[in-house]
Amino acid sequence: MRLACPCCGERSLDEFTFLGDASVTRPDPSADDAAGAFHAYAYLRRNAAGPSDELWFHNTGCHAWLVVTRDTRTHEILGVRLAQDVALARTGNRKDVRETSA
Amino acid sequence: MSRGTSYRLANGGAIDRSRPLSFSFDGHDYTGFAGDTLASALLANGVRLVARSFKYHRPRGILSAGSEEPNALVELRAGARREPNTRATTAELYDGLDALSQNRWPSLAFDILAVNSLASPIFVAGFYYKTFMWPAAFWEKLYEPMIRRAAGLGRAADAPDPDTYEKVTAFCDVLVVGGGPAGLTAARAAARSGARVVLADESFALGGRLLAERRTIDQMSGVEWCSSMTNELAAYDNVRLLPRTTVFGAYDSGTYGAVERVSDHVAVPPDGTPRQRLWRIVAKRTIVTAGATERPIVFGNNDRPGVMLAGAVRTYINRFGVAPGRRTVVFANNDDGCATIADLAAAGIDVAALVDTRSATPRHIADLAARLGVRAINGVITDVEGRHGVKRARIRTTDGASLVVDCDLVAVSGGWNPNIQMTTHLNGKPRWNDAISAFTPGDLPKGMSVAGAAAGEFSLTACLAQGTRAGAAAAAATGFDAEPIDVPTTGDEHVAISAFWHVEGSRHKALVDFQNDVTAADVALAEREGFRSVEHLKRYTTLGMATDQGRTANVNALAILAKLTGKSIPETGMTTARPPFTPVALGAFAGHHRGHDFKPSRLPPSYDWTREQGGILVETGLWMRPAYFPRAGERDWLDTVKREVETVRRKVGICDVSTLGKIDVQGPDSIALIERLYMNGMTTLKVGRARYGVMLREDGMVMDDGTVARLGEHHYFITTTTANAAKVYQHMQLARQWLWPELDVELASATEQWAQYAVAGPRSRDLLSSIVDPVFDIRDATFPYLAAAELTCCGGVKARLYRLSFSGELAYEIAVPARYGDALWRRLVDDAHALGGCAYGSEALGVMRIEKGHVSGPELNGTTTPSDIGLGSMASKKKDYIGRVLGGRLGLTDAERPTLVGFKPLDRAKRLRAGAHFIARNAEATAANDEGYMTSAAFSPSLGHWIGLGLLRRGPQRLGEVVRAFDPLRNEDNLVEVVSPVFIDPEGARLRA
Ligand SMILES: [Zn+2]
Repeated sequence: MRLACPCCGERSLDEFTFLGDASVTRPDPSADDAAGAFHAYAYLRRNAAGPSDELWFHNTGCHAWLVVTRDTRTHEILGVRLAQDVALARTGNRKDVRETSA
Repeated sequence: MSRGTSYRLANGGAIDRSRPLSFSFDGHDYTGFAGDTLASALLANGVRLVARSFKYHRPRGILSAGSEEPNALVELRAGARREPNTRATTAELYDGLDALSQNRWPSLAFDILAVNSLASPIFVAGFYYKTFMWPAAFWEKLYEPMIRRAAGLGRAADAPDPDTYEKVTAFCDVLVVGGGPAGLTAARAAARSGARVVLADESFALGGRLLAERRTIDQMSGVEWCSSMTNELAAYDNVRLLPRTTVFGAYDSGTYGAVERVSDHVAVPPDGTPRQRLWRIVAKRTIVTAGATERPIVFGNNDRPGVMLAGAVRTYINRFGVAPGRRTVVFANNDDGCATIADLAAAGIDVAALVDTRSATPRHIADLAARLGVRAINGVITDVEGRHGVKRARIRTTDGASLVVDCDLVAVSGGWNPNIQMTTHLNGKPRWNDAISAFTPGDLPKGMSVAGAAAGEFSLTACLAQGTRAGAAAAAATGFDAEPIDVPTTGDEHVAISAFWHVEGSRHKALVDFQNDVTAADVALAEREGFRSVEHLKRYTTLGMATDQGRTANVNALAILAKLTGKSIPETGMTTARPPFTPVALGAFAGHHRGHDFKPSRLPPSYDWTREQGGILVETGLWMRPAYFPRAGERDWLDTVKREVETVRRKVGICDVSTLGKIDVQGPDSIALIERLYMNGMTTLKVGRARYGVMLREDGMVMDDGTVARLGEHHYFITTTTANAAKVYQHMQLARQWLWPELDVELASATEQWAQYAVAGPRSRDLLSSIVDPVFDIRDATFPYLAAAELTCCGGVKARLYRLSFSGELAYEIAVPARYGDALWRRLVDDAHALGGCAYGSEALGVMRIEKGHVSGPELNGTTTPSDIGLGSMASKKKDYIGRVLGGRLGLTDAERPTLVGFKPLDRAKRLRAGAHFIARNAEATAANDEGYMTSAAFSPSLGHWIGLGLLRRGPQRLGEVVRAFDPLRNEDNLVEVVSPVFIDPEGARLRA
């Protein structure tokens, strides 16, 4: 499998480290239901058969965390974005999302 | 056997008759020619019996002329280079080749275990599950050794492989898999457009079946045309030709695996040349032109030496100039019979009969047979006779007559299966094509196309046209304009087939899977016993599970099963082909990653000195860490470690701690990030100070520990444990980029940039005062415990000094840029010696941390909370941090949890062991009574006996109690006293000295 890192270009799988589901976000630790929300955050995953957002680390490249959209049925890579940009966009913070599509 | 009689034809073939090569098989010497395979050379010498079968030890000959060969597997080469299960049909002959037949004892012609054939009722399908069930002990002592003896493949070499293997990655626009007529035209069309082309083919010569057939293309002979195509392709800069290379697997994102047999065709690889090369080919477009594989027809004794695929018969005649027999019966269900009798006749080989399963022989075949004087029969071969080689064929004609024809060769063709494996490796489902009675490619992976026989197009005209089109289309898809190319022209041919699979009614074994000895009766038995799904059939009978993946077996088996169940073949289904297409040596996958080179080694700055001193190194992750430094007169490592510990505690010691992970943190939001990563408060940390810190995982378990030093207003430098350096760095990057992307902070791994040494012991300040440049005051008053400073040493070398202690003694860590590491280490060693000190390794470091009750890897094992290891009170209550919320769960705050305490053996002479479990003194040693376990143990030179750290239920409340330390693995059961985990200087007076 090959991933197109927005910083480094298309690289072989063995440069990257997989972490897991990128669709979960760290809950508000001060919320009343924080215990339940953190439990879901740490343990509950959709495990979808189809396009899934995943966190990958470009370990032997630029050290960027990436949000990789991968079809878990075919391993087709549908897009790769910088995790920082995705996170900033989610919180409405700044910058356009830098992306490469496979 | 007619050994010594030459079966070499007087002329013809792509062999070099001016270059004779000598070789041996089972100790007999023979001669072949350059351009031969081992199989063609054996046939040329009249050797027909070449193997014994896997289960029944039936005599076997050569069935095919390619990589699908299920019978002719030999041990090639001897000694450390011995290579079992090598197909004689693909092994290129070289001078001095040495091969042995396998799976026979004592000899091929007389194999005692052939009685398995007589005892075959117990070896039928599923025999593993039925026969050897009871009693269990018999399995280990009797059945398994017996089966291993009786059923087996060749012997692997029993010495390390002396050859080298290498790996390489290639990128191209168009990958062409297979160099037959479709592959050659595809490669040419793509190459002419300027695309980067890789063309790989299994054989040492490009051309595929064209090398084995008598055809004319563009007024050239097939062989001439192939060599002109090869020459044209070789002349392009943008084409890489890979002969002797099997593309064995299709992987994600257009990545293909291939193995190149660089030196398999010579006895010993030339200097500097690998034996094999593993290619990872990344292709924008791939054209599969892998050809097709001929099927046998299933009839009685169809595995006898002398029964050969008709296409292979033509290959041996036309490509190798070898007569595979003297008198032939051709048996076919398709028009290929036509070419076979023509080639046999042209080579002067007797054709006794053409047996066509079809009720009416097509006109063109009947005419040819009449012209050649070949008796054309509509019917089937029911059996052949002749144990070690075919002597006659029994034929049943369509109108019910029986006849017997003397012959020594049966050329059989049941039709052709397109080689679609590459199209199914990524889960593509093949489609059944009734017109050719075979599976053809279904939906293809992105970027792949198929042309020629692999696509089910069996005429040469179609192969040439499809290949040309596919090559141009693939190049165009990658952005190259392909100029139109004329499709080469060739004559017409007939490719009709009428499905026919199995001649029923023979009382002899009729083989379906030759390599795994699965018969038609086994398939029927499986069906009767309910194994009707093709996946069940496969596992119950082992059909298709041999190293040939059932290439000559699967479709025949499916057809037989389909008939038994009354379903169609597509309804019956097809098992999935998986990589590799043909077996690949593990050595090729390993490449240079063998032995010490399995992983890279990381060498700490004191490595050279350690080697010079004869110091002992230990692998810690990738690091080669000095473990201890033995001196003359020391009896064992314990002696050495004891001396090193005592020297540190009394004088001074130095230890290379460069392997600790180091991460530089800078930016205005540094402290905000650090606060969220560590459970203890860091905001109060002043510039010029360091602090111990604990990081948790989000689930509340301890992840790592280390120190945080503040070097500037917005500049922090943190250390991690050696083992977790990479993991912690990734975790911190995740926190910065993903969890809190708005923080203005940058991280850089600096592990390898700094050589860092611990200087520990009462004389450590004295030692450092001669190292650190005199303008810097490191007296206790100005540089107290937990101070940190950037300074210079040894006359202006940039350095960092931290007053940290892992040993419990007055101690420092000094760091210099890695390039000064070796020099500083040598200087420290010399100065330490002058003070009565010494170097100490990771063993002594470990002993001292246990004496001091510091946790390390065995305690930070991913299942412990801060409270478990006695650090619960460090947790900040004023902030959120990773692991806080889930760390508060009931199960993790349970007062009953095993908690860190120290242990001393009641009998001080006893040795303690990590891994022993704690049981109450008078309780029985059962899992229910388990109260925790010893995590670390060491002989304490300071106390003069063994001590341990461990996790004991409610440990800190049980100080003074005596419990059992029970170790069933080592059969030890000691009484131990529960004590404080800090064995040395509990008040910390020494480290503040
Ligand atoms: Zn990158």
